[in-house]
Amino acid sequence: MFHQRTLRKRLGFKLTLAVCATALVTITVFAVSNIRSHSRSLLAEVERHANQLSEAVKSGTEYDMLGNQRERIHESITRMGHQPTIERIRVMNKSGAVIYSSDAGEIGKMVDKKAESCYMCHSAGRPIERLEMKERTRVFRLQPGGPRTLGIINPIYNAPSCWTAACHAHPRSQVVLGVLDVTLPLAEVDKDIRAAQVEVVVFALSAIIALSLIVAFLVRRWVDVPVEELVEATQRVAGGDLRHTIAETRDDELGMLARSFNNMTGKLSEARLQLFQSDKLASLGRLAAGVAHEINNPLTGVLTYSSFLLKRTKDQPELQEDLKVIVRETIRSREIVKSLLDFARQSVPKKTEADINEIVSRAASVVESQLALNHVAVSRNLDPGIPKAAVDANQLQQVFINLFVNASDAIGPKGGTITVSSAALSLSPVGITQIKKAQCPKRHSLIDGEVRIDGRPSVRLKARSDGNEGFIYLNPMYGMGGHHHGIPVDDRKVIALSCPECSASLLQPNRECPRCGAAVYAFESPPKGLVEGCSRKGCDWQRWEEVDATGAREFVELRVHDDGCGIAKDHLPKIFEPFYSTKGQKGTGLGLSVIWGIVDNHNGTIHVESEPGAGTTFILRLPVRA
Amino acid sequence: MKNQRDILVIDDEPVITRAVSRICAEEGLTVDAADSGSAALDMLNVRSYRLILCDIMMTDLDGFAFLKEAARRELRIPVVMATGYATLENAVRSLTEGAADFIAKPFTADELLAVVRRALRARRLQEQAAAGPRDSLAFVPCPPRYYRLGNVSWVKEEREGTALIGLSDLFLKTIDGVAGLELSPLNDEAAQGAPCATVTSAAGDRHCVPCPVGGRIVEVNAAAKADPASLEKDPYFEGWLYRVVPTDLQGDLKSLVSCSSDRL
Repeated sequence: MFHQRTLRKRLGFKLTLAVCATALVTITVFAVSNIRSHSRSLLAEVERHANQLSEAVKSGTEYDMLGNQRERIHESITRMGHQPTIERIRVMNKSGAVIYSSDAGEIGKMVDKKAESCYMCHSAGRPIERLEMKERTRVFRLQPGGPRTLGIINPIYNAPSCWTAACHAHPRSQVVLGVLDVTLPLAEVDKDIRAAQVEVVVFALSAIIALSLIVAFLVRRWVDVPVEELVEATQRVAGGDLRHTIAETRDDELGMLARSFNNMTGKLSEARLQLFQSDKLASLGRLAAGVAHEINNPLTGVLTYSSFLLKRTKDQPELQEDLKVIVRETIRSREIVKSLLDFARQSVPKKTEADINEIVSRAASVVESQLALNHVAVSRNLDPGIPKAAVDANQLQQVFINLFVNASDAIGPKGGTITVSSAALSLSPVGITQIKKAQCPKRHSLIDGEVRIDGRPSVRLKARSDGNEGFIYLNPMYGMGGHHHGIPVDDRKVIALSCPECSASLLQPNRECPRCGAAVYAFESPPKGLVEGCSRKGCDWQRWEEVDATGAREFVELRVHDDGCGIAKDHLPKIFEPFYSTKGQKGTGLGLSVIWGIVDNHNGTIHVESEPGAGTTFILRLPVRA
Repeated sequence: MKNQRDILVIDDEPVITRAVSRICAEEGLTVDAADSGSAALDMLNVRSYRLILCDIMMTDLDGFAFLKEAARRELRIPVVMATGYATLENAVRSLTEGAADFIAKPFTADELLAVVRRALRARRLQEQAAAGPRDSLAFVPCPPRYYRLGNVSWVKEEREGTALIGLSDLFLKTIDGVAGLELSPLNDEAAQGAPCATVTSAAGDRHCVPCPVGGRIVEVNAAAKADPASLEKDPYFEGWLYRVVPTDLQGDLKSLVSCSSDRL
């Protein structure tokens, strides 16, 4: 069951998880690189600043250096070195001795060539005389675990003014006289970087959470809920509830799936109905035949012996009367068995010209005495002028007896009236003529008994459009539209129609639909000529010249009206289904489906109009000529 | 002939064979009973009968198989089929497969005796016809282009699409004189094999006549109705019973015997 499925296995959760994981990776990568570049640019800024500072110190002390004013130099460096943004300023001579320093305790000490301030130039053995700015800076910690510090060394090069100065301190051959080493604390910068790091992490986390929530919400709404509905619907259909449908409110792929699902269950329930009906009738027929056979033998025993006794006791009048009753009643039972077999046979109607009014009257008189017991009267409103029609009188009588008994049941014990009326009717062939035969040019039958539309076998054509290939099932009711498309068809695209068996094209060259101009298909419906129709989905144009030429067809319309309880709206579409009964124990539910079968066999139609509380009218239309 | 009895009745229901035996014994007929088709075939090896009354629906060997076997052995005994499966199709089919007549179950003693007497007399007449000289026939066979349902009724197609229905001379001779005739009313509908008339014989037996084709009656022979005895004078032309509009003449004709083929 869906509801017992763990969260981990749900599609929506998986989708949300996948999206969030992707977002997490992306945002983390972005955040890390953002923090890196931010700290890099901050550091570069500090480097530039340190360089300017060291240049300023160099040029600020140059004059005093030339004048060998050591006290002044010392003073300037100490002062500058005590600025809060500066950690330390010192000058080392060529041999590594600290000459000046803002840290007075350091003066006079030797700095190892391996020390971080010397290493850049002295690492390669022979000292390098010129360095790029990047190589002159270094970041280090004065004490392990202490704040970071940035150091920049600035070599002091020999210049003509140096060797020509009064003190003659430096010989001309010397290239680098010493090094100015400025170190700046990075505590402020590090604080900035940390703040930026926190900001980015907070942003990344909130972005991931917000994204997850939005994705989860949308996935739930667009995927989870409709998928859940679909799963539930398939389970209900699998459980046998073929009337269950899904709301077709969406227009995305899942909406399409819902629509085709509904379409599929619709067809399934139609097919099951047909199967049910034929199955039920077949088993009922077998049952009736079996019962008739089984009952016939004991009945024969009773009838032969009682009639034999009747013959032998002609001289005993007191016995004769009783025996006559036995014989008569047994003969009556024989007639009942015979009618049971007639019902079971319900085969192709044996049609002969008959007066339908007479059939109706006969049916009414059969049930009238029974109905009178329930205070139900049958009122006849029959038009004597209706033409005779080719019908199976026995089957039709069964139809009317059934309708009268149903009507009486609907009226109930309080009593009422059944009104039966007949009238002649003339209807145009469109919408009432069924295409019962259809052939391609090579005489393959196109009739498909498996796919039925409104219970009638459809006309199956192979369709190809836009790379899709499948079948189109035409409604066999001429001109009614309502065709089933087995493949998605764009109503603007050209659609190729052919015979499903031999692929012979059914499109008519040089013919256009007079309504929309699309291509026209045609097939033979022997013996009544060519049926043409528009190939465009949504256009219902059809032409059947030979049928049109016969003009309006004559029908006899019969209405059986009762003033009973009526039929609830949601029951109306189901009443012709076999086994559908609202009578509980009283009815078998077979009556109306059998009626439907008989009327259909007569090429007629039956439908029902009902108003709960006001009554029900069954309307039958039977063609005068089959 | 050695060891001959009148009737062999075959039915898997003992109550029926017993009832038939008693009814026939009352009329002075000797009856043997068999409870299956194969048992009957065994009995036919040792005895001969003037008539066989056989059920159609039996478990081991059904009525149709029995008819086939009887024909193969050239028994030349008329077989009357009784069918509890009282469908007209079965009854009509048995007539085309060699049965002399049929009776639908359940039947009364009188209905049974009427069929039995008719079959016994028909057998006698047919034997006479076969033995006697050609010009003094015991009965007049039906004319060419007529079709018959068993030995009882005939149908003749007319040019207008209608058909005439009548009684065969053999049938009329077997009932030994027509005393009364009950006909269906005009416009009545009859299916093939369904009873469409009742003939009362001089002896007072009532014989149901099965309709040879299904259709609607459009004309009843008033002369025949007024004087039933006149049927016997000209059963094939003036003595017709009904003119009908057949429902499915070609289909129904397949279950009938062509009288043209009788004459070959």
